[in-house]
Amino acid sequence: MEIIFVLLLLMIIGSIVALETKDLLAAVISVGAVGLILSVTFLFLAAPDIAIVQIVVEVLVLVILIRATISRDTTAVSGDREFFGMAVSIVLLVVIVIFGIRVFSDIPQFGKPIIALFRDAPSNTYISRGLKDTGAANIVTSVILDYRAYDTLGEATVLFTAILGALAILRSKARKKLKGK
Amino acid sequence: MIYILCLIFFMVGLYGVLVKKNIIKIVLGLIIMEYAVNLFLIMLGYREGGVAPIISEGDSITEFIKHSVDPLPQALVLTSIVIGLGVIALMVAICIRLYEKYGTFDITEMRRLKG
Repeated sequence: MEIIFVLLLLMIIGSIVALETKDLLAAVISVGAVGLILSVTFLFLAAPDIAIVQIVVEVLVLVILIRATISRDTTAVSGDREFFGMAVSIVLLVVIVIFGIRVFSDIPQFGKPIIALFRDAPSNTYISRGLKDTGAANIVTSVILDYRAYDTLGEATVLFTAILGALAILRSKARKKLKGK
Repeated sequence: MIYILCLIFFMVGLYGVLVKKNIIKIVLGLIIMEYAVNLFLIMLGYREGGVAPIISEGDSITEFIKHSVDPLPQALVLTSIVIGLGVIALMVAICIRLYEKYGTFDITEMRRLKG
């Protein structure tokens, strides 16, 4: 499990670089690197489907963000917001981390998931009966396309709405008004 | 311990959202927060020495049940990643429009956004 520690540390360093560097294009590319390391981490966590989707989405995010930043005024919006607000927010972050450590001591340890502790967790049903019920060898597929197909329908709706919103915002001219009104 | 590292990863993103002035940096902070949450959910389902939830030919079901990782978080995180892409596209579209209107990415110079 040391490999996951190392990858997580790399991701933290990469995101700090992304947030602190001056050049916007470099920041965007650092976030791309963080996403690719995240994909490798998913592979080590035995989630190959997520790793594939993460790579595809990462490349698309990179393209969208570079479209937003390139050929624009990349010179230096430097500096932070006013000092008082920054100090308050950093204090808040530290407080949240301290409380978070207390919370994380209550949940099951890493490596011992809920399905190993409770025999009648829903995932155990999916694992044991997924092949027989749905005929899919990949249990993740059988969950998203059969047991929880309505969630996938909702996902498609949300995605469609978001893309529609982006197109409506980016449209350069408003539609002409109807004549004779 | 590894969860706490994940929390720190989330906090780096939150720091970016709270402190930075450049609107693209704020979007990057949101993306980092999304990564951290997805990673945490996948970690919750990981089992020590687990295999991916894919049955291959010749596996016995009882062995598979003992060793497979949790498929439910993986399925729902798959949904969440794709939705994240749509949300990021929407945010970037708003950023481009703001740039066209104000000529800058600096949020302190956008007067209408001041509350």
